[in-house]
Amino acid sequence: MKIILVMLRKEFLQIFRNRSMLPIIFVAPVIQLLILASAATYEIKNIAVIVVDQDQTGTSRLLVSKMKASGYFIMQGESTSDASAYRKLQDGQADIILEIPAHFERDLVKGGKADLLLSANAINNIKATLGTGYAASIIASFNRQIRVQFGRPEMDSGQYYIKVLPIPWFNPTLNYRFFMVPGILVILVTLIGSFLSGMNIVREKEIGTIEQLNVTPIRKLHFIFGKLLPFWFIGLFELAFGLLIGALVFKVPIHTNIWLVFAFGAIYLPLVLGIGLLISTFADTQQQAMFLAWFFLVIFILMSGLFTAVENMPGWAQKLNVINPVAYFIEVIRRVMLKGSSFADISGQFFLVLGFGAIINVLAVLNYRKVSN
Amino acid sequence: MRIFLVFVRKEFFHIFRDRRTLLILFGMPVIQILLFGFAITNEIRNARIAIMDNSRDEYTLKLSNKLLSSGYFQEVLNASSLHEISSSFRKGRIDMAIVFSPQFDYQLHHEGKASIQLIADASDPNTASTLINYATSIINNDASSHKPGIAPNMQIGIREKMLYNPDLKSVYMFIPGLMTLILMLVSAMMTSLTIAREKELGTMEILLASPLRPVMIIMGKGIPYLLLSAINATMILLMGMFVFGVPLVGNVFLLGAECTLFIITALSLGILISSVSSSQQTAMMLSMVGLLMPTVMLSGYIFPLDSMPVFLQVIANLIPAKWFIIIIKNIMLKGAGFQDVWKQTLILVAMTSAFIVLSIKNFKIRLN
Repeated sequence: MKIILVMLRKEFLQIFRNRSMLPIIFVAPVIQLLILASAATYEIKNIAVIVVDQDQTGTSRLLVSKMKASGYFIMQGESTSDASAYRKLQDGQADIILEIPAHFERDLVKGGKADLLLSANAINNIKATLGTGYAASIIASFNRQIRVQFGRPEMDSGQYYIKVLPIPWFNPTLNYRFFMVPGILVILVTLIGSFLSGMNIVREKEIGTIEQLNVTPIRKLHFIFGKLLPFWFIGLFELAFGLLIGALVFKVPIHTNIWLVFAFGAIYLPLVLGIGLLISTFADTQQQAMFLAWFFLVIFILMSGLFTAVENMPGWAQKLNVINPVAYFIEVIRRVMLKGSSFADISGQFFLVLGFGAIINVLAVLNYRKVSN
Repeated sequence: MRIFLVFVRKEFFHIFRDRRTLLILFGMPVIQILLFGFAITNEIRNARIAIMDNSRDEYTLKLSNKLLSSGYFQEVLNASSLHEISSSFRKGRIDMAIVFSPQFDYQLHHEGKASIQLIADASDPNTASTLINYATSIINNDASSHKPGIAPNMQIGIREKMLYNPDLKSVYMFIPGLMTLILMLVSAMMTSLTIAREKELGTMEILLASPLRPVMIIMGKGIPYLLLSAINATMILLMGMFVFGVPLVGNVFLLGAECTLFIITALSLGILISSVSSSQQTAMMLSMVGLLMPTVMLSGYIFPLDSMPVFLQVIANLIPAKWFIIIIKNIMLKGAGFQDVWKQTLILVAMTSAFIVLSIKNFKIRLN
């Protein structure tokens, strides 16, 4: 026991005496949380529309003013020619072009039918779909309006009417920060934990101080334990600190079952630290350790459902997530904090992560050799 | 000049004699682009829904079928109570619940209206709004197709044209960004360790005692990695085009030149990180914790920049990847020429020069 305490003291001293690391461990995650939580929105706003009005009649101008008044679009003015409008679309100054052909009003009133052309920059598929969708609904209501205006109302208006009521549960204001803050927090805790532990042993190897440790009476288990415990504390501290910031700055709801998040964090960290440690025992240099850790972490993070929903991924990718610790924690922290899930609801994830943690750490201990070759 | 070549040769040996690192460097981008290219998507498919239909009449069954056959939704629960729905949400089993009002068909035909509740799991607001949008449009389309009557007079038709991405595939949105992300991170990471490593291992002293000037040391460190990154970039581009079907409409040489520029930007950023950090650990934390999340989130790779708050759009201007994503999308998808991307190119050039000047300034020729 005493040996572990001595070991712990050495590790803590090493961490706190490295002045250039301290801000990276404690300040960088906070700044990132503050900045990045606002970044993750798919909300489509600011759709830039440019109008090519070749009709120039009262009707066409009325349509343009309706588009303007809808509030969905930023009107980038009118263009007299197709070519200059497409030029702006290519430059990225406009997302949608609305073309009103010549004789639009005449065709509509006399011929009973006229066409409009909507062209969208569809590289962002969602923006294009929603943007043309909004525009189409505005045009439809405009269509009804001018029918009335010209005294030809629809014959059958509203005979059947289905009212669709969207009810967003768990987050009625659709505040995406509530969704992102817990997720980003998980990522930051994971990054810090796994990199610190991943670099730790291999650093002693590379610098040569591992020799000194190998000749001490410290047992393998004590050694690993002493290496992991400090980062476990730091990880939990960051989790608490991040939640505090989330609650104070972003008003993320904190329920009474918040202890579940910490309980999960407490068993999640050994798994993450163990992964770092295992990498550390395999690699010879810090460079190798870092590349390996980076490789796995980027996969874990991008597949975790933080950015794009796991449900949209193909089946094989969802199966791959069975071994993704980050996905488990993000799932759990969101469920607990936003939906108020109880331990029974997340017990599956809890025991899986606990089990994975045990396996990884056993492997790390087995793979660490005191005898150098 | 000869000394410089010798130094570059030494750096090549460093890289090629570490087989494991080399394997990681080339294997990593390939695996990642394959994995993420398929897995990262915002196309909704098979969202898990619960249907609560206490009416069970002709109309609700037809509408349910219509929703399920759209490919967006799959029914995983036939709920009988709101309580059941709420507990499924908490267990994470469903993403949305569709609740038909009781006696739906009767109401619709006798009172002219009936209602449907779409209860979405808004703990993920992005998915929730997309699911609600899709379901609403399916239901509305169905309702309007049931309207009997005469074709109305004064009909405005709409022709839609989806430019650059007629099939509305999300790979067009994500693959160029993914290529940028991998190129940026791998390149910056490779160089971020080099100088810090010499410092930590003590071999820096030997370099400083040599007649090499700081500029040469920095250039010599960069050149071998430029070659490696160029190979990486080529592999990534080929995979983007042939595995994921992203077209190359523009000029291939322009694309190559822009890629080279971007690699140099990333490498010089890595060297800057390396020259300001005292140990490999610091360098690594800076390039990982500092670069990974901001590059993913603020480059426009996944989240559209113009939806973000203004202060984030300003910060995003500092992210080199943001500019390269614009360049690569314009060249590959829109067929833009140099006259369309010169502004972004100029910004990247300016950033690169700043990184290089700063690294030379920060490069200490004395040991402390």
